[in-house]
Amino acid sequence: MPMKIGVPKETAPGEKRVATVPEVVEKLIKLGFSVAVESGAGDLANISDDVYRAAGAEIVTDAASLWSSSDIVFKVRGPSSEEVGLLREGGTLVSFIWPAQNPELLQQLAARKATVLAMDSVPRISRAQKLDALSSMANIAGYRAVIEAAHHFGRFFTGQITAAGKVPPAKVFVIGAGVAGLAAIGAASGLGAIVRANDTRPEVADQVKSMGGEFVAVDYQEEGSGVGGYAKVMSEGFQKAQRETFAKQAREVDIIITTALIPGKPAPRLITAEMVQSMKPGSIIVDMAAEQGGNCELTEPGQVVVRHGVTIIGYSDLPSRLSKQSSTLYATNLFRLSEELCKSKDGVIDVNMDDEVIRGTTVVKEGKITWPPPAPTLSMAPAAAPAAAAVKPAAKSHGHGKGGAAASSTAVGLLFAAGALIFWGIGAGAPAAFLGHFTVFVLACFVGYMVVWNVTPALHTPLMSVTNAISSIIAIGALVQIAPPLAEGVARPEAWIRWLAVAAIVLATINMFGGFAVTQRMLAMFRK
Amino acid sequence: MSESLATVSYLGATILFILCLGGLSHPETSRRGNLYGIIGMTIAVLATVFGPRVGGAGYAWIIAAMVVGASIGVYAARTVQMTQMPELVALMHSLVGLAAMLVGFANYIDPAASAEMSGAEKTIHEIEIYVGILIGAVTFSGSVIAFGKLSGKISGNPMLLPARHWINLAGLLVVIWFGREFINAHSVSDGMLPLVVMTVIALLFGIHMVMAIGGADMPVVVSMLNSYSGWAAAATGFMLSNDLLIVTGALVGSSGAILSYIMCAAMNRHFISVIAGGFGTTGGTPAAAGAQPAGEVVAISAPDTAELLREAKNVIIVPGYGMAVAQAQHTVYEITKLLREKGINVRFGIHPVAGRMPGHMNVLLAEAKVPYDIVQEMDELNDDFPQTDVAMIIGANDIVNPGAQDDPNSPIAGMPVLEVWKAKTSIVMKRSMASGYAGVDNPLFYKENNRMLFGDAKKMLDEVLASLKS
Repeated sequence: MPMKIGVPKETAPGEKRVATVPEVVEKLIKLGFSVAVESGAGDLANISDDVYRAAGAEIVTDAASLWSSSDIVFKVRGPSSEEVGLLREGGTLVSFIWPAQNPELLQQLAARKATVLAMDSVPRISRAQKLDALSSMANIAGYRAVIEAAHHFGRFFTGQITAAGKVPPAKVFVIGAGVAGLAAIGAASGLGAIVRANDTRPEVADQVKSMGGEFVAVDYQEEGSGVGGYAKVMSEGFQKAQRETFAKQAREVDIIITTALIPGKPAPRLITAEMVQSMKPGSIIVDMAAEQGGNCELTEPGQVVVRHGVTIIGYSDLPSRLSKQSSTLYATNLFRLSEELCKSKDGVIDVNMDDEVIRGTTVVKEGKITWPPPAPTLSMAPAAAPAAAAVKPAAKSHGHGKGGAAASSTAVGLLFAAGALIFWGIGAGAPAAFLGHFTVFVLACFVGYMVVWNVTPALHTPLMSVTNAISSIIAIGALVQIAPPLAEGVARPEAWIRWLAVAAIVLATINMFGGFAVTQRMLAMFRK
Repeated sequence: MSESLATVSYLGATILFILCLGGLSHPETSRRGNLYGIIGMTIAVLATVFGPRVGGAGYAWIIAAMVVGASIGVYAARTVQMTQMPELVALMHSLVGLAAMLVGFANYIDPAASAEMSGAEKTIHEIEIYVGILIGAVTFSGSVIAFGKLSGKISGNPMLLPARHWINLAGLLVVIWFGREFINAHSVSDGMLPLVVMTVIALLFGIHMVMAIGGADMPVVVSMLNSYSGWAAAATGFMLSNDLLIVTGALVGSSGAILSYIMCAAMNRHFISVIAGGFGTTGGTPAAAGAQPAGEVVAISAPDTAELLREAKNVIIVPGYGMAVAQAQHTVYEITKLLREKGINVRFGIHPVAGRMPGHMNVLLAEAKVPYDIVQEMDELNDDFPQTDVAMIIGANDIVNPGAQDDPNSPIAGMPVLEVWKAKTSIVMKRSMASGYAGVDNPLFYKENNRMLFGDAKKMLDEVLASLKS
């Protein structure tokens, strides 16, 4: 029996997003589910009921019947307590939950014997990136933060030289180079601003550069990466150095965008009232951490306020302000989650707690609270990375590394035994002259082995042609046959030997000259 | 020149040859390496010609033969196209093999060569002649067939005779039996028959061996023949009691053997199974054994490809044999140059068995003036695909097949592949939906982030280039 996915209209004030879009409805139906959407759910994201209907969704007029008829409910915001009451006993809910901040909600949902998957608890591992709604929302929020700043800012972002005078480019300082910060850097530099950014995690410096920003380091040595690629709380000394850096930037820049968050903690206070005071009149601060208390002391969550001539934007609904885009991305994240839940594509979900991604995302399973999940097995930035990096080139120096691969000890033992036997056989039967040549031969094989492993794979073709040229050394074999000094009285079929030898010399010489010449030609082409 | 002086010259030549191979460890030092090789060869030839073992009567012959050979060799080296390198190399291997055969025969009919030998010494000498001619003959005929296959004169498909392993085994037994006859023969004329019979069998064996191997296994075959030509030289060295020949032959032989090993490792196959031939014949029809990938193939146009490339920050190009066939390397370079001027990070990912010869792609790209520091090995950039915006696959198939990792039933399971599907978008340039050499369907084509650009690689790349410029 395929399950029904219900998508109600969001009830939180100001929330314009919707948990599914028509394109995703089609894909969900392909997975075997049936989809019901509450009438008017997509209105604020400019998606009409008709479009949903055309995509194959059933339109349900009132919320209560939608909730009661749905096996699975897709939502954006966590449910209100009324909505929890509407949730079917033993039903499944997928939405943002923020279990750490909302323990009562978790209890209520558990009481309904529900299974709840929290989109904010998706583990941060590479396999789960496609369903990481936090990242996709943060990306939108970062972009929107720049747009909001541009809206309130009284000048161009890009520098221009016009007939009416020179316009300096805006300077933007982004604090926190997570997904949101990077999106803000990209958007601001795309508008032509000079962008600087800071983060407590030094490894993001390259990412900042890749988005067109300049990394401003705090002059203090401390590693700021916590588990799962998030930031952690820094030491007192670091915070002091950080404040000095920010105070200096505040005096110079026109726009500050702050995105600093530490999971499960109130947002760090990074921009003090004095820093705001020191900014130029008409400057803008966009505080993307407003909901968690704000990175700026003067932020009013959800409001735009002007303090000391500086506009401080504390919107906490930035993704919702780009409702169509964020609905599409969020719906796609939900679809990816559905794929993970319904691998059999028969419209029945399986909350497999052995799957790392699903385990992490599930916060309530059939009425039992399963949050927090066990610590993730893999951090995005392992602490041992520098050590591993140091080992790697050493192994590489072998050319391929495979050359030195250790065989099992029994295999080595057998090999030695066989080698010893062959050597004994040769030593017992062969004359001394042969043994001399044999020694040379074996040693030369080893020299060749050592030398050739060092050849870079890019030069394998020249290696072949040069070894080919060298193997024309066989000409020497022919040369010594042409006219050797003969002992008296030895008769020799001169003509036969001479012609054979001459033919061999011709062949070998073609190879000799051709091989070296073509190698030279090839090697001349390899250049930086 | 005295005997000792000749020996010392040989020693010098040996050292120079080792330095020559050592020089190839880096493109910077490689040209000097080649020069060492040339000097070494010159010393070796001069020391021999003016040494105690060549009488004045031979000079005219030697000069005439060398002039003829040198002019042919230089002419061939000048005129060969870089895309024809595999054929040329194979052809040159055959010359070494043939020369080794001729030297072996000449040595056998020369009574002076074994005049002072007796007992075990004589037996060993005869075994050396026998083995030398054997290896030479296999190298010769095998290389000729490889040349034919690489140049398209012979079909690239493996030709599989029924009971081919038994034929090879029977051939081996016959060769051993005639070897016994040969050693027991009392005069040169008595020994000639077994020797000729063995040569014929060895020639047939060489043909049969290479005929059974298909186009994409050619890198292994070419490097294996390279190895054989070295062993042939070494065997000749034993026959003539010449250390220089032995050392050089051993160097070349081990070099070719290592290359064969690298190529086999890159395909996750055993050397024996490549040589035994018939890729994909063991498990019935391979396409049926692996899971059929499902999904839709999304085509893309050249202007859209150009658009994707222009928007990208990191691009990795994965060339394959298709690029060589279409002679598209110059257009690839033009595109690369244009993108790099726009500040886009373009790199090339080379699979060890891409093309028909070890390092084939590197040579083609070098010919097109692509700087070698952006041409990287599979191991160097495989981890970078997740950060790559566009992975462009030009005429490659099996080396980018995700089935090698995901599908344990795939005939190429376990073969290391370039993980192009981890890039944000991958674009596969292909003439049609036909499967690759291995006959395996490629699930990459059905991935959601993959686009297919159908058409001749050169023509499509020209269009991409035109759209990029506009």
